[in-house]
Parts: sequence; C-alpha cells; structure tokens
Amino acid sequence: MSVFRLFRRPSSAPVARERLQILLAYERGVRGQSDLLTILREEILAVIEKHVPIERDNVQIKMDRGDAVSLLEIDVEIPNSAGLLVSA
Amino acid sequence: MAKVLVVTSGKGGVGKTTSTAALGAALAQSGQSVVVVDFDVGLRNLDLVMGAERRVVFDLINVVQGVAKLSQALIRDKRVETLWLLPASQTRDKDALTEEGVARVIAELRKKFDWVICDSPAGIERGATLAMRFADAAVIVTNPEVSSVRDSDRMIGLLDSKTERAEKGQRVEKHILITRYDAARAARGEMLSIEDVLEILSTPLLGIIPESEEVLRASNLGSPITLANSTSAAARAYMAAARRLKGEDVPMTIPHDKKGLLDKLFGRRAA
Repeated sequence: MSVFRLFRRPSSAPVARERLQILLAYERGVRGQSDLLTILREEILAVIEKHVPIERDNVQIKMDRGDAVSLLEIDVEIPNSAGLLVSA
Repeated sequence: MAKVLVVTSGKGGVGKTTSTAALGAALAQSGQSVVVVDFDVGLRNLDLVMGAERRVVFDLINVVQGVAKLSQALIRDKRVETLWLLPASQTRDKDALTEEGVARVIAELRKKFDWVICDSPAGIERGATLAMRFADAAVIVTNPEVSSVRDSDRMIGLLDSKTERAEKGQRVEKHILITRYDAARAARGEMLSIEDVLEILSTPLLGIIPESEEVLRASNLGSPITLANSTSAAARAYMAAARRLKGEDVPMTIPHDKKGLLDKLFGRRAA
C-alpha cells in the first residue's frame, strides 16, 4: 500500500477546494439571513401568494455574495395545478 | 488623504503581524508616512517584530483612556524615519478598548500620517472588530489552506457588515494577501492554488508572499522583512504589494529565492 502511494498519491487540493465551496455556500447562507433577507422573503412571497397558492416549505432563498454585486436567488416551487398561466 | 488599513485574517498564525510590519515598512521606505498600530491587547507582538520591544513606554490603551498623549506613545523606527509604531498594552485586556476611544485615536492618527495600518488580533472578538471598525481598506491575510480560507470568508462578511463604512452604505476596499505560498506544492496539487483561493473568496488579490526562510530570520532579528533582506523573495513580494496598495499597476508575479542545484532539479516555478 505505502509503495503504491509513493508512486501515485491523488492530489488533495481539489478535495480542499470542493469541501470549502460546499461549506462556504452554506455558511454564507446562514450569515445572509439578515433582517433584510427575512423582510424581502416575506414581502415577495406575499405578492406571489396573491396570485398562486404556494407551499412555504417549497421556497428556497439565498444570497450569493460577489465582488461587485450580490445575487439574491429565490426558488419557488409552484405546483402545476396552480393555474399559473391563467393567474398571470 | 490618510488611509486606514486593517490587516486581518480571523485565523491566528497566518502572518498578520509579519505582513503589517512588512507592508508598513515598505510604504515608509517609499517615502509615505506610516504608523502601524497593534490591536492585540494582552498579546502584543508587533513591537517585537519591529524590534522596538525595549522602547515601549506608553501604549494604545493609555492613549485610548487619556492617560498618555498620542505623541508620548508613538515610537519612531530607528531605520526608517517616516515609520512609527503605536504598541498595544501587554498587561491589560481587550475590554479596555472602547469604541469612542479608538475612534478618537484613529481620527488623530489620520491627521498625522498617510497610512494608519491596524494589526488585528486573531479571532472575531472586541480587539478584532475594533481594529477593522474605522478601516477604509482591508488586507485579508490568507494561507492556501482550508481553515484559513474559511476564516477569511468570515472576515470578509464582517468587513461588509460591521465596519463604520459598511453601516454608512459605503464599501471597505478589500484585498487578499496570500502568504506562505509554495508554488511547487500548488503545481503538484498538494496545495490550494491562487486561482482556487480567489475564486472561493471572490476578492481581488494584493500579492502572493512565497514561503521563505527569510521571514523567520527577519522576525528573529526584529526587523520587517523588507528592511532585513530587501532582495529576498518575500521582501520583493511585500514591496510589490505595497505599491499596489498605493494604486500602482504592478504585474502579479511570485518572486522566488535563488535556488541550489537540487532545488532547480526538483522544484518547480509558477508564473
């Protein structure tokens, strides 16, 4: 085993990179749950709910912090039975 | 127009104090007036790295509390006359720092110097938050290593939310300084690459300081690396970083020390 490892040890940097990307995406999400985000979430959902019924559990909201701009991403699952085309 | 710069990292031992001393000295060597301020109350070390440990009489806490005047606490460097040190207290604890007191001291330093460089303690407690509180710009010292990168990300979040500028809706100019970089190990995939770190932190790069034996030698001697051995790879990297801080456009390279035959055979160079 150790002889084999001497010849070919997989590089560890890509593992480090992937672990960090996953971890930080989560930690930024938690950190981003500021008051502003909570307010935005409630008001945006209220507007959507006026037109289509949605499940609060099927809503994902996150903030991606970039260098110059940040990205507010809201994923709302709308059931096909909601009649979206009619309401819009 | 004075600029207040915080050197921070979250994680300890990544090179904040070394970098504060080196960047401060490099800026002063280029003719700017610079004060380096130690915020690590109770665990001061900037005085030691600067070689001024036997000249400390009054400190930041004395000035914050009005016990001493700023002019009494400032220590002028013996090698570069435009370089000054404001040491931390070794006996008090960080709770002796008040936001009002720090604000007053920083405002006074702004009038006297071109650069006020605040050496943050590790962690995210009072000393660290006050060190960044009034900053216009930040240098986030990062090792190409998972825990350091994670902590840097946390500090970026704090710089964007807990500083005076952030609260006013202004930006703190942020820079990543990668220290202890080993180009050969990164090339072999054993160490996060510069691109990895920058992509993960999405913050611009100020400089790349290669791992160098000269850094330890400089701190042994009590001299910023740019003064102890100005031709060493680390010193050249810090001097380039200091020029970028001044807004100069300096191409990004990774300087390397002269190598022996074995290193030439087995070591690898990156751009």
